[in-house]
Amino acid sequence: MSRTTLDLWVGFFVAVGLGALLFLALKVGNLASSSSGETYAIQAKFDNIGGLKVRGAVKSAGVVVGRVTEIRFDPEAYLALVTIQVDARYKFPRDTFATINTSGLLGEQYIGFEVGGDTAMLKAGDTIKKTQSAVVLEKLISQFMFNKAAEDGGKK
Amino acid sequence: MRALRGLGQRVTARIWRLGYASRFVLAILMYSGTSLRRVHLTIREVYFTGVLSLIIILVSGLFVGMVLGLQGYDTLARYGSTEALGVLVSLSLVRELGPVVAALLFASRAGSAITAEIGMMKATEQLSAMEMMAVDPIARVVAPRFWGGVISMPLLAALFSAMGIFGGYLVGVQLIGVDEGSFWSQMQASVDFRQDILNGVIKSFVFGIIVSWVAVFEGYDAEPTAEGVSGATTRTVVTSSLAILAADFVLTAFMFTGT
Repeated sequence: MSRTTLDLWVGFFVAVGLGALLFLALKVGNLASSSSGETYAIQAKFDNIGGLKVRGAVKSAGVVVGRVTEIRFDPEAYLALVTIQVDARYKFPRDTFATINTSGLLGEQYIGFEVGGDTAMLKAGDTIKKTQSAVVLEKLISQFMFNKAAEDGGKK
Repeated sequence: MRALRGLGQRVTARIWRLGYASRFVLAILMYSGTSLRRVHLTIREVYFTGVLSLIIILVSGLFVGMVLGLQGYDTLARYGSTEALGVLVSLSLVRELGPVVAALLFASRAGSAITAEIGMMKATEQLSAMEMMAVDPIARVVAPRFWGGVISMPLLAALFSAMGIFGGYLVGVQLIGVDEGSFWSQMQASVDFRQDILNGVIKSFVFGIIVSWVAVFEGYDAEPTAEGVSGATTRTVVTSSLAILAADFVLTAFMFTGT
């Protein structure tokens, strides 16, 4: 079997196609950084997680330091139990404050860490005690409406 | 009464053809051992179906991406979240438009050519001549074309998506001026490799099987006349386009729900 120009073209085609797949995987899908490095798991309980999803980002000072890996309902405490994998390079104090924030007005929800002053650090398997739930827009609006109504009632 | 009889006849004919087509694909699978052993036959078909479709796939991918960039920017600007343009362009391409539009183009560019070629071979009695020489036409002619299409389709769809994302980048970042950093970083944050890209590849693989199957079957089953071949070519494009869209719905329902 002799080599032909046809083989060259087919080889070129397959190489370019695989290259496109690689581009999709690395540049678009970010396969490289999603599974790299060692992590440790910590847990946090929230009254309400809002629209938080598995694989959501965990940020501290705006930098991604971990990912949400599991969201469960705790049937005893009636709370949402969120498992977070934190990058092993970063250590956080025991009294770190976990909040659920929204990026932008309609953006994705993520967990933000606000660092406390404790000298002891969080270890794998620890649970964050101080948390703040997601802001539910409807509740805010109804609170505002009731306040407004109460003010108007007081004037009369 | 006659209308009823005609309807019944038509339905029976369709079911009969469907059964024949299923038996045909089994025959292809049985004989594909031979065609994979003589790999240059398949490579030749990859050239004809894949390499020669490159231009149309790349150019239309670029334009689809550019249109997505313009339209997406227009809509996102109303909600003040134009940084999400990269997410919109990449997700719609990788999940839906890449596999589907590439498969539709592939059906009309390569599928019709396969049907016409096999149909003409049948009309000019080349297939019968092969049988006379104890060469099975399914192993020699049909199976390589089938596998060539199945191999080319996922690569073409990936190229289409990549080209479309590049087109969206050109329009969104270079032309309109969306921030380049957030274009890529938001895209990377929300496109999942397994959930989005791998499912897109699976889709295009299934579409490749559908298009190739329909094309070789219509060609092989064509009436051996000029009119028969032209009718079979038309049927290839119509049937495979409909089958692609229907299969896309089923696959999407399986893949992208319950997340």
